[in-house]
Amino acid sequence: MANPTMVAARAGWTRGVIELRQTFTNGQDLFGQLFWPAAMLVTMYFMRDAELGSSGLMLGTVVLPSILGMNVAFNGLLGMSQLLAVEREDGTLLRAKATPNGMLGYLIGKIVTVSGGLIAGLLIVLLPGSLIVDGLDAGSPASWAILLAVVVLGLVATLPIGAILGAVVASPRSLGLITLPIVGLVAISGIFYPITGMPDWLQWVGQVFPIYWLGLGMRSALLPDGAVVVELGQSWRHLETFGVLGAWAVLGLLLAPAVLRRMARRESGSSVAERREKAMQRVG
Amino acid sequence: MVSNDTVVVDVDGLRMRYGTHDVLHEVNFQARQGEVLVLLGPNGAGKTTTIEILEGFRMRSAGRVEVLGADPATGDERWRARLGVVLQSWRDHGKWRVRELLAHLGSYYSCYSTEGIQRPWDADELVGLVGLTPHADKKIKTLSGGQRRRLDVAIGIVGRPELLVLDEPTAGFDPQARREFHDLLHRLADDHATTILLTTHDLDEAEKLADRIIILAGGRIIADGSADELSRRIAGESEVRWSVAGQHFVHLTAESTRFVHELFTEHGAAIADLEVRRASLEDTYMTLVRQAESGQDEAAQAAARKLEAVA
Repeated sequence: MANPTMVAARAGWTRGVIELRQTFTNGQDLFGQLFWPAAMLVTMYFMRDAELGSSGLMLGTVVLPSILGMNVAFNGLLGMSQLLAVEREDGTLLRAKATPNGMLGYLIGKIVTVSGGLIAGLLIVLLPGSLIVDGLDAGSPASWAILLAVVVLGLVATLPIGAILGAVVASPRSLGLITLPIVGLVAISGIFYPITGMPDWLQWVGQVFPIYWLGLGMRSALLPDGAVVVELGQSWRHLETFGVLGAWAVLGLLLAPAVLRRMARRESGSSVAERREKAMQRVG
Repeated sequence: MVSNDTVVVDVDGLRMRYGTHDVLHEVNFQARQGEVLVLLGPNGAGKTTTIEILEGFRMRSAGRVEVLGADPATGDERWRARLGVVLQSWRDHGKWRVRELLAHLGSYYSCYSTEGIQRPWDADELVGLVGLTPHADKKIKTLSGGQRRRLDVAIGIVGRPELLVLDEPTAGFDPQARREFHDLLHRLADDHATTILLTTHDLDEAEKLADRIIILAGGRIIADGSADELSRRIAGESEVRWSVAGQHFVHLTAESTRFVHELFTEHGAAIADLEVRRASLEDTYMTLVRQAESGQDEAAQAAARKLEAVA
């Protein structure tokens, strides 16, 4: 007899693939997928002639990889938390709970959907972006290897945290409480503006969170070696990048199972009905 | 009826308390294999709480509960695979297509087949069984309310459950959909020996479906038996209608046989249009619930008097 965990893992994979296909075959989701990348590309287009200080680097060139790093964080943190909050309210999670090993399949499905969406989103920005900005160093196997490593580590660092946030938020309408601080973090994480321009204490705050390190990792993958001069300490700090992202990954993976189990335990027909009533009152 | 002696659901002394408020007091009942058991009761009687405890979605405060040989509070995934749950749906999986979702949810059950039960149900066959074949490739969010509900039932039985639990499954059905749904439940109980437990507000539905009816009011079981047994148990008044010389009469009596006898003794062959109707399930239900509620009122008043006396 097949192993139930394997059966659920395979079902989860199928689930992820089906939902990814749904995302890319319906107008509304497709718009959601393409809107921000398009907005980013337009931003880069207008930045392409601006120089970054006296470094000789172009602002757009530095911002492109930084945006990719930010997207990893957005998908992992916001994408995951939104899906969990919405699907808890609409009853998808309860459905999973009523199915043998359904929660496992559900979570694997979400990881596949979010990761797949992220990879598509990265390519949507990177491919046209590399035509808009000059001076990327994206051709070598080494840069692709670093890029891949940053994406994978970034997902492992952010997905569990995103799942925790999605599990503890009261309803999809409270997601702003998560979105706002994360957008605030982007501002101090050296994505659109170098972190070296921030006051010292803000630099420290920015370096506690994954967004800065994801941006740095992407820049180290896609920019020529000379670009390192605009970074803190004139170093790509790979060791520190893996250290901080690794710490977030460990933290998330330690906490997530307990938080998700607690969330799952609370799901029942009446809890979903209660949330439905609340949501309807909002609408009505 | 393939009902046999295997006890599938065994509830003994079940209590549920939220804070200081008891919503279930000493609830006891059993369901045997292949039996259709209907939980009936006014809103807030504790029906949903009871079935959520049986589904393993809610922890009880006290009492013994055994469902398919296990305590639902600790039931594992193998146990879960033997249980079908029809939830009150809202809008989950709206982007999925009907057959696609059934095939997907079914796949989780494939490793839980037994010698007697091949799991899961084939998606195409199941779509046909609930009458959704013309909509098999439609997105779920485009289904009508009744179609959506039939899909919920299909999801509930996709793993060929030994026990199927449904919470108000026919809310929003038109009469035809309701009839088809009843046929489906009868088929599951008769052909597949599925034990079925459902809640409803609809007395007519309870009477048509149930082998046994349990009436809950104020967190207590106030009646347990077949529809006939319940009607008989309440010394309900029968309604006697007749006419003499074109004039129509109605009389309510607890002893209809004696009354009719007296009627004939008095009028003989002049009696026409004679009709004797025993109390319907609805009358029985209303009587029982009213009794239970006034009983509670009395108990509450007694408690209040006691408190006053202490103070």
